[in-house]
Amino acid sequence: MASVRLASLTKIFGQVTAIDNIDLEIDDREFFVLLGPTGAGKTTTLRLVAGLEKPDQGEVYLDNVSVNDVSPALRDVAFVFQYYTLYPHYTVRQNLEFPLKPKFRRLSKSEIDAKVSEVAKILHIESLLERETVNLSGGEMQRVAIGRAIVRTPKVFLMDEPLSNLDAKLREEMRRELTRLHLDLGFTFFYVTHDQIEAMTMGDRIAVLNQGKILQIGTPDKIYNSPENVFVAKFVGSPTINLLEASIETNTLVVGKKTLVCTISETQRNSLKKYSKRELILGIRPEDIEVSREKKKADSFKCTVYFTQSMGVEDILNLRIDDIVLRAVVPPKLLTGIGDTVYASINMKRSHLFDPKTNKRL
Amino acid sequence: MSIFKKSKKNDTRNGQVYYRPMRDITLLRLFILPTIILLIVINVFPLFWSLFLSFSRYSAKMPNIWGTNPRMIGTINYSRILTDPDMWIRFITTAKYVVLSVGGEMILGFGLALLIFRSDFKAKGLITTLLVLPMTMSPVIVGLMWQLFYDPNWGTFNYLLGLGRIDWVSDPARNLYSIVIVDIWMWTPFVMLLSIAGLSAIPKYLYEAAEIDRASWWLKFRKITLPMVYPLLLVALIFRTIEAFKIFDLPMGIVGRGAVAPRLLSLHLYNVSFVTWKTSYGSALGYIMLIIIIATTSIFIKYLNKAKQ
Repeated sequence: MASVRLASLTKIFGQVTAIDNIDLEIDDREFFVLLGPTGAGKTTTLRLVAGLEKPDQGEVYLDNVSVNDVSPALRDVAFVFQYYTLYPHYTVRQNLEFPLKPKFRRLSKSEIDAKVSEVAKILHIESLLERETVNLSGGEMQRVAIGRAIVRTPKVFLMDEPLSNLDAKLREEMRRELTRLHLDLGFTFFYVTHDQIEAMTMGDRIAVLNQGKILQIGTPDKIYNSPENVFVAKFVGSPTINLLEASIETNTLVVGKKTLVCTISETQRNSLKKYSKRELILGIRPEDIEVSREKKKADSFKCTVYFTQSMGVEDILNLRIDDIVLRAVVPPKLLTGIGDTVYASINMKRSHLFDPKTNKRL
Repeated sequence: MSIFKKSKKNDTRNGQVYYRPMRDITLLRLFILPTIILLIVINVFPLFWSLFLSFSRYSAKMPNIWGTNPRMIGTINYSRILTDPDMWIRFITTAKYVVLSVGGEMILGFGLALLIFRSDFKAKGLITTLLVLPMTMSPVIVGLMWQLFYDPNWGTFNYLLGLGRIDWVSDPARNLYSIVIVDIWMWTPFVMLLSIAGLSAIPKYLYEAAEIDRASWWLKFRKITLPMVYPLLLVALIFRTIEAFKIFDLPMGIVGRGAVAPRLLSLHLYNVSFVTWKTSYGSALGYIMLIIIIATTSIFIKYLNKAKQ
């Protein structure tokens, strides 16, 4: 197993800078997730690590050794592609054997057999071994593709959105499977995804990437609870965070034309002193809005239920106050109907404030 | 079906005649009819007529008198063909021609396709177009052209290869191979085009995955390239085998149908049918050739269906 380090890595395709001066460090045995929207440069980053692309600037280090001039074959990394890259017309067994076949490995037939059956056992695909890959379902194919990657114990495990072609149910199952694999095998995982749920549930650490730049690196907890900027706050979390234009007036934060007036605590007040009278962006996660049928707190505000989305364990309420729509997550017991009047209060301790000019956290 | 109300007669309203529109199915049949008639007249009828003739004694040059010309003689034509020792030489010569020319085309065509597909140079498009040119020419013209190239006295073929005065055309020991060379020259581009189509359809990430798996080029070729192009290669093989088996225009153009010509079935068929006018004997030979072609191609098609799964 190995650590990965990217030092001021840049990749330009014609006019487009796909990767813009990225610095990144992945520890040995870490499950590292690169999260970002489509076209952020995630796949390019992964391909640079694998050696399938050459960087225009910067270095890729595996175990602190620069591998810029090392061919993909000699980097000893495994790559799971977004598409199921199985060799057609071959059985599952033949596919799993493939990476073990090259002569330099000097593996005997029995050693190969032993490795294949071990991997098949780990991935629960023993019964599929003699099947042809064209007859497999999506989940089975991706399992075999992962199997082909782990069968030869690579230095780093690179995964490019391996679950994006699976249906929701299977994706959830595979998320658990991958976490288990990471715990059992102790490989270094470098995982790319656009799905923030995958990133949050599986990653030890997450890097959020947008337009070739890394916006924040941190644990899922850190990324979720203290997003460094508006993009990270918006991209991570479902339902999406509420972002409101606000300004500070003495002891309160005012949204719109006094539509919402929230008191801010002593500590927050001190740190925000120099921002008084300026426009701010107030971010509140939907679960940090408390909704009740009666007015319980002094700073609760009256709003109407615009529409609701039931999720089973919880409901998402879309609340309307004047021209503002707020998303709030409530327990399903609340049983509100469209047009009902409810009272909501914002948990200001858990609010996030951003500078609208730089989009950075205050 | 028409959306109009069904009526047996044309409708007359306010002195105006409303025609009942034609039903879609009638229109459809009307469009197909000319094709079907044409097919029956020039394909289906001759097929059965020649089958009938192959069991009779008939010459197209003689006046038709039922009972004499044609006269039913059973399977005599077939037994005469199959017991003729010369005929076996013709079968073997034709088989040799098919194997050599198609084999050469497959190997060269696929090789060229790999070379062009893998390499990246500026004039790639132009070179590909130039390579395809032989295929676009008329085979008779190609035959006559090569007859000139092959001329032992002043032809360019011997001159360019520095071979001296080798007679490629009228030496019976050699002229089969001269035709094979022209066939390969003419039809290799066809196999090349189909192979390029097959190669372009292979997803790039399969090679990338194999590259990361440290597969050798031979392993990549055997496990990815070949199985993915295989169905198209089979299609090329089927087309080329049928064409090579019934090749007529090239040998006719290069060597002619005379005594020194290679003993190909198609040339013999021409000679018996249109030189000595043994029409019924020719029909029987034609049927034997048809059966051989159908049998060989059905074997290939069986493999093709297997490959498609």
